[in-house]
Amino acid sequence: MLEINQLEKSFGDTQVLTSIDLSVKPGELVFVIGPSGSGKSTMLRCCNRLEEPTSGSILLDGEHVTACHGAALDKMRLKIGMVFQGFHLYPHKSVLANVMLAQVKALKRSKPEAKARAMEMLEHVGLAHKADAMPSELSGGQQQRVAIARALALDPKVMLFDEPTSALDPELVGSVLKVMKQLRDEGMTMVVVSHEMDFAREAADRVVFMDGGVVVEAGTPEEIFGNPKSERLRAFLSRLHPSDA
Amino acid sequence: MRFLDTFFDGAVMAKYLPDLLSAIVTTLWLSAIIVVGGLALGLVLACLRTLGRWYLTLPIVAFADIGRALPPLVVILIFYFGLPGLGINLSGPMVLILVLGGVLAAFAEEIFWAGLTAVSKGQWEAGRATGLSFAQTLFEIALPQAIRMGIPPLVNRALAITKMTALGSVIGVKEILAVSSSAQSFSGSATPLTMAALAYLAIFLPVVILSRLLERRYAWAV
Repeated sequence: MLEINQLEKSFGDTQVLTSIDLSVKPGELVFVIGPSGSGKSTMLRCCNRLEEPTSGSILLDGEHVTACHGAALDKMRLKIGMVFQGFHLYPHKSVLANVMLAQVKALKRSKPEAKARAMEMLEHVGLAHKADAMPSELSGGQQQRVAIARALALDPKVMLFDEPTSALDPELVGSVLKVMKQLRDEGMTMVVVSHEMDFAREAADRVVFMDGGVVVEAGTPEEIFGNPKSERLRAFLSRLHPSDA
Repeated sequence: MRFLDTFFDGAVMAKYLPDLLSAIVTTLWLSAIIVVGGLALGLVLACLRTLGRWYLTLPIVAFADIGRALPPLVVILIFYFGLPGLGINLSGPMVLILVLGGVLAAFAEEIFWAGLTAVSKGQWEAGRATGLSFAQTLFEIALPQAIRMGIPPLVNRALAITKMTALGSVIGVKEILAVSSSAQSFSGSATPLTMAALAYLAIFLPVVILSRLLERRYAWAV
């Protein structure tokens, strides 16, 4: 489904990603963990070219994401949903208008069609009753669920989550994770960068540990959390749960 | 009584009212063209600047900086008295429209640009990540937010510029100040100037009040 081959990225002289290879199968939830500055978010942002890879290739369903330009790239991005740490809802538009905008402008759906789809997606994340609210009237957790609905309404093939719960108050995290779990159960292909290790244990098919711009270790949650092979992963996990170590 | 005779002489008022009314019309249409043209040009320039091409940005920034630095009266005099030397003869109203419209455009460009840079990078990323083009993201997401942020300074600037239509009095444009000050010379009474002040209030006070309503309507909590 999503294939990352020999991805490299540097900002000026600083190399942030080195020979990243990652293949995500349809319906798989791949969870990316690692210390901050390890390049997780940069890797994710290279997948829809919010960051321009320095070299390497990214393929979605066999199509080159990395070779697209202009309108072709815009079209490709429709197939790649993205959810940001900071939600980034459009503050001047209602919840419904947020979810409709790209459907109408980029997918060229008719307004009634886009509205119907938007309501369906808002229903899905449990926020249909907030359709007419402005983003500023919602809690962080609700805003993030609207952002998920906004991405889902475009019928993407894969969803990228860039630390979706990191900006949320602890009591609001659950509602977002619940929606993500539900998506996973419906067979959505997902790549999640997050620090929610409990969620990774429970919902991930595969966990990828990155450090210093390279994939250090990858495996099932049992392998990664239960039997870490590399010293760096062991150190990382012990910093997260000092008491378990 | 002396105060009333000086500033509110009924006979003088009646005599010069028709002239003043036509001057008000002149000021109004000049202002309308200057505001619409200046804001539109400023908006276009700010949008072009978002493309980030040096060959666009450089002349735009030069235009905005020079337009904001020069006193409009200097430019008006140069255009009106200087350009004929090059064989370019512009009418008084034309000079006023070009210069004041240009100055407003310079300020408006900076205000729109400030608004655009204040829109967070995340807004752009959200737009582009959902498959919107650069232009769609600009027009649907960034610009509406930039314009709303810019409304208070834009209204102030547009008011300041339209009041400068009074500078037309030095190049023979029959706007409110020119007409009333010549009436003052002929009548020997300050009453026409009072009428001018009242006329300016009648035009601009509603605009100020309207702008307050507009600001309230477009305010949203972030």
